[in-house]
Amino acid sequence: MIITTTKGDIDESLLSKREGSIDNENEYTTWIEYWLDDELVHRSAHVSLKKSPFTDLIGATLG
Amino acid sequence: MANTQSMCTSFLGELLSATHNFSSANPAHTASTPDTFKAALYLASATLNASTTAYSATGEVTGTGYSAGGVTITNGTNPASTNSSATAGVGYWTPSASITYTGVTLTTAFDTMLMYNSSQSNKAVAVYTFGSQTITSGNFTLTMPSNTTTTALVRLSTT
Repeated sequence: MIITTTKGDIDESLLSKREGSIDNENEYTTWIEYWLDDELVHRSAHVSLKKSPFTDLIGATLG
Repeated sequence: MANTQSMCTSFLGELLSATHNFSSANPAHTASTPDTFKAALYLASATLNASTTAYSATGEVTGTGYSAGGVTITNGTNPASTNSSATAGVGYWTPSASITYTGVTLTTAFDTMLMYNSSQSNKAVAVYTFGSQTITSGNFTLTMPSNTTTTALVRLSTT
């Protein structure tokens, strides 16, 4: 697979791949990095929001 | 300095003057098309919160492939509402597609998305925060929660 990097398009086999994730009540996030030697050349992230973090409550009062 | 997720207070008042139109079927507006809502990204060092009233480039991310003001939100589903009891209910709405910034390099950490109405003087809707990120020659995608009474991205509930 070809990866778009800061050095141009490079075959994935030539890169070092690192992945990670964050999972909490608000989001599930994954990220992927590709390194060429000791240089970060690609990083993408995907944040999935699980729910709205807030609800605005409207109370109705007459009188 | 930090961002604080919240529905913007000005948005609540503007709802009562029919400033914002999320729906393609809204009799308060002459146009039968919804307003255009956009999503802009902000640095972790910015200070967006409930007091934010409109989009501003101050504190917004900059970088290759990112245009100031962010991207347009896909709005293919009209708002809905339902009663949760005899005296309470909820109105809700969620963008109908993920929000994606493609082919960007954003090297300074960002953790916030501002949703705002670009059809109405860029008035703010809400501030959403997430874990701090950077992007290098890649994509940043925000996938929306399910459009339900309990998880929708925008919810207004009576008590």
